[in-house]
Amino acid sequence: MNLSPDVDGGLAVLIAGLALWTIAVRDTFAAVIGFVAFGLVVAVAWMRLAAPDVALTEAAIGSGITGGLLITAAAGRRRRPPPQPDGRPRGIVRIAAATASVLAAVGLGVAVLSLPTPAPTLAPNVALHLGLTGLANPVNAVLLGFRAVDTLLEVFVLLLALLGVWSLAPDRFWGGRPGAAQRVDPHAMLVFVARLLPPLGIVVGLHLLWVGAVAPGGEFQSATVLAAVWILATTAGLCDWPPVGKPRLRLVLVIGTAVFLAIGLAGLVIAGAFLAYPPAYAKLLIVAIELPLTLSIAAILGLLVAGPPSREPRR
Amino acid sequence: MSSETWFGLCGAVLVGLGLFGLITHPDALRKLLAFNLLGGGVFLVFGTIARRGAAAGFGGDPVPQALVITGIVVAFASTALAVALLRRLAEAGGEPAAAAPAPLAEPPS
Amino acid sequence: MAREVTTIVAVCAGLFFFLAGTIGLIRFPDTLSRLHALTKADNLGLGLIALGTMLQAQGPLQALRLVVIWLLVLVSGSAVSQLIALRVYRRSGQS
Repeated sequence: MNLSPDVDGGLAVLIAGLALWTIAVRDTFAAVIGFVAFGLVVAVAWMRLAAPDVALTEAAIGSGITGGLLITAAAGRRRRPPPQPDGRPRGIVRIAAATASVLAAVGLGVAVLSLPTPAPTLAPNVALHLGLTGLANPVNAVLLGFRAVDTLLEVFVLLLALLGVWSLAPDRFWGGRPGAAQRVDPHAMLVFVARLLPPLGIVVGLHLLWVGAVAPGGEFQSATVLAAVWILATTAGLCDWPPVGKPRLRLVLVIGTAVFLAIGLAGLVIAGAFLAYPPAYAKLLIVAIELPLTLSIAAILGLLVAGPPSREPRR
Repeated sequence: MSSETWFGLCGAVLVGLGLFGLITHPDALRKLLAFNLLGGGVFLVFGTIARRGAAAGFGGDPVPQALVITGIVVAFASTALAVALLRRLAEAGGEPAAAAPAPLAEPPS
Repeated sequence: MAREVTTIVAVCAGLFFFLAGTIGLIRFPDTLSRLHALTKADNLGLGLIALGTMLQAQGPLQALRLVVIWLLVLVSGSAVSQLIALRVYRRSGQS
């Protein structure tokens, strides 16, 4: 695309303006909406930075599912009596914070402006070894091939966050269902949409997963779409959140990491290093990792939005 | 100024704004929003570096882009945990900014 | 040549509807009329932009994807509008 850099400058100013509004506005709910809009415009910025995989992830996770989570949180705070602020920080703290922020921003800006001109890059290395992974999408080759350890640890972090959220439940709710029971009129609008969109969402999700080998996409974007239609169906009352103690649910949550770890350990034996793939079977192993991983991540993302169990488990 | 430099400077501004909001907002949810803005700014700086590393037929260096994807997912995980913590804190009635006098008063900011 | 001109005309018309919808969102007095303004932006504005960009698509499959995107936005936009309007209606009935 040969649009002039002024358009990108305008986009950058818009992003900064939205961020400023999110910080400065008084109403918390309005700030959350501003944040969701900010995330969507940043996704456009990622497209302008020639990073379509990141744009998809930002729109889906950074803006979409985080926005849903924050809107629910902000709406919940509205329902409860708003807390009296303990006092806005004293003037000296605000001046110090402003100084620190300006210093950080200016320092980072100077760093951006003085980046070395023959920019150091790993792209030729990736292009050289891309054939070994059997994938044509370089970002997914990095995620699942060259830096697969990072992705494995990332899924561990997701699981730990889910455990952290679950551990916040009062003892009597442990093993129960999260969220509140929804009783929804079967002819309502939300139920209609929740019947219409999930089949399409599943198709789009699976397509994103499969096409991630050669085009922008991949397991995180796919898992987010799947989690989103699950959340939609649950919000409409078409299905309920599963009880957290259910063994099959826990199997689904863990199977992605388990398969990933197993293939990694097998790589120690077969190909000489943890998470090394023998080149002839690399694509097969990566697909074998991706399928259960997407299922697990979708379940984890959905349950992270659902929250800690809040209903007693049935004995 | 090239387009990626614009986005890099935007990222720097976001880091400054996020840091200010994180320190000065009394409400915990606003601090969380500011923290996410801070993260978004850092990711945009990564994106600038990735775009400048375009070579070998790719539009950008794929390694920083993969790092940003990992970062976005981890940021969501920490946001979800933080929201659950805030909700539980509010339910338990121990919000630091609650109107009722708390036995252990938090010093302001 | 005719294709490029049609694309530009369609996108500009779509932008006009987006502008009108945004002005309505900011200036209209209550939620229901703001929803009314937003649907113009969603349906007509996005439809015209989708039409304009469809003419530049590479192949019928990409053009079909743009139409599906527009239909999805229609569905979700109208569902959300109805939900918001229902909530406003119920709230005003109680007050």
